Amino acid sequence: MLGSRMNWQRWVMMLPAALFFGVFALVPMLVAVYYSGLNWDGVSKATWVGFYNWTHAFDDGQALHSLWLTIELMVLCWLLQNPLSLVLGVFMAGKQRHRVVYGVVYFIPLLFSAVAIGITWSYILDPEFGLIDTLLQAVGIGNGTENWLGNPHLAMLVVACIIAWQFIPFNSLLYQSGVKQIPASLYEAAMLDGAGPLKAFFHITLPQLKYTIITTTVLILTGTLTYFDLIYVVTNGGPGDSTEVLAMDMYKEAFTNLNIGAGSVIAVILAAAGLLLSILILKFTGFNKMESQMEGT
Amino acid sequence: MTEMGTQTASVQRAKVRPNKRKRKVTGYGIAFTTFGTIWLIIAGYPLLYMVMTSFRTQNGYLIGKPWLPPSHPTLSNYAQVLQAGFFHYFLNSAIVSVCSVVLIVVFALLLAYVIVRSHSRTVRTVFNVFLVGLALPIQAAIIPVYILINKFGLYDTLIGMILPMVAFGLPLSLLILVNFVRDIPNELYESMGLEGATDFQIVLHLVAPLSMPALVSVGIYEFIQSWNNFLFPLVLTQSQSVQTLPLAIVQFQGQHTIDVPVTMAVVLFSALPLILAYIFAGKYLRRGMLVGFGK
Repeated sequence: MLGSRMNWQRWVMMLPAALFFGVFALVPMLVAVYYSGLNWDGVSKATWVGFYNWTHAFDDGQALHSLWLTIELMVLCWLLQNPLSLVLGVFMAGKQRHRVVYGVVYFIPLLFSAVAIGITWSYILDPEFGLIDTLLQAVGIGNGTENWLGNPHLAMLVVACIIAWQFIPFNSLLYQSGVKQIPASLYEAAMLDGAGPLKAFFHITLPQLKYTIITTTVLILTGTLTYFDLIYVVTNGGPGDSTEVLAMDMYKEAFTNLNIGAGSVIAVILAAAGLLLSILILKFTGFNKMESQMEGT
Repeated sequence: MTEMGTQTASVQRAKVRPNKRKRKVTGYGIAFTTFGTIWLIIAGYPLLYMVMTSFRTQNGYLIGKPWLPPSHPTLSNYAQVLQAGFFHYFLNSAIVSVCSVVLIVVFALLLAYVIVRSHSRTVRTVFNVFLVGLALPIQAAIIPVYILINKFGLYDTLIGMILPMVAFGLPLSLLILVNFVRDIPNELYESMGLEGATDFQIVLHLVAPLSMPALVSVGIYEFIQSWNNFLFPLVLTQSQSVQTLPLAIVQFQGQHTIDVPVTMAVVLFSALPLILAYIFAGKYLRRGMLVGFGK
């Protein structure tokens, strides 16, 4: 009879997952901390320089600049995605036939990789042959030569818009299922009290979606913190360094400038920020509820 | 469905219908539909642009109106995609994704079973470490992973991409499977245990079949993750023979910057399995994508 004791079969079952995760995820994460104290190009002999990379990263302002840009992107992404996703999710939760059909189309951008989306949008935004500028020219708005991604004041906003284009459908799917779980009786009671649809939205839908709002917020923030693929393709951090977010900066330091130490400093910052955000996840989304369930078993 | 069932269903429908008919076309309804339609255009038109452009001739792209369908549609761009060796990259992507998914799902299920069925402090600690791992971004570990894969002599190989992909796919899959396996009733374990089944037999004949819905969802999620992964091939490979699709598209685009129609064909080709899956099994794909994030 098998109890709750460990036996050799169970140790064997545990081994592959633990080994893979330990060797290729956990240990590298710790090694990154060590690398951040090295002066190393990845090939020749490394020398230990202590906190030099850390102080240097903040002295020359690049790391702070990237950190600031990352926060800016996180805020932009939240502002662009969350309210729109919420309304769209409420819309998709309706039973009307056309809403269901619309929902089928909304989902399609999620099938493409970030690089595929990035390449497509850089053509759509192309100042010479792109869809947007030629359309604007045709209807007579502006001169139709705006270089959306080449303008340092616009680039970050445009990047955030492209990210929103891909991920709003994902978030609205979360909202859609959130809305579907709200008991209909709440709305019926509100109707009896004479509340209109707008009142019902603010007094029932919105409060009932509290946890969905927290979930999407955390997903958007953690996702944007390390956002890399699309920016690499669309602007490569430019023009200048106007879209050089942390992940981009890290990649360039480590794999273009071959400065493993400086890249690792940013990697550690990313990991720390990721952990900080995930503590928020544990606090709000109920992953910790699962652990307390475990106490009971 | 039995005849009885159909009957009750139609009776229910008949009851609901008069209600539905009473629903007025309100101002809010119109505003909502307008909003939904605007987003339909925003979401759908770039996709249409992708498809239209992929059937354009190079000349048609340069002189035609980009918002209209091509006047002389052509398939030559797709022929060029295959000539450029994209079937090979497609195969690489398929190998990497399928291997990653199989390993992730099997490893995660085995560990999930141990976590649910054993009360051991070590097991508990391992689980907690995985939960923390949920928070650790791939980007933060990519530099040491690069050095490590080099040391193992796996740089520029398919296996070199699969190994870290499995490692980073494990935490979320594990979390979902633990939740699922925990819901399997205790009596089922006990009756199998009484018959003298070993742990491996229980996983194979009880846990795996019962967890099938969760395994499918987790598998789909991880497949999409690895199919679209860009960072690992970017950092861990250099030769064309081992490139997967996302990196191959970017390199192709770099060499054919002006040939937009062909690049659009490449982009569509790279998403082909997911597009087909969406057409034929959209329900499962949606469920897989939302796995772990919503109910």
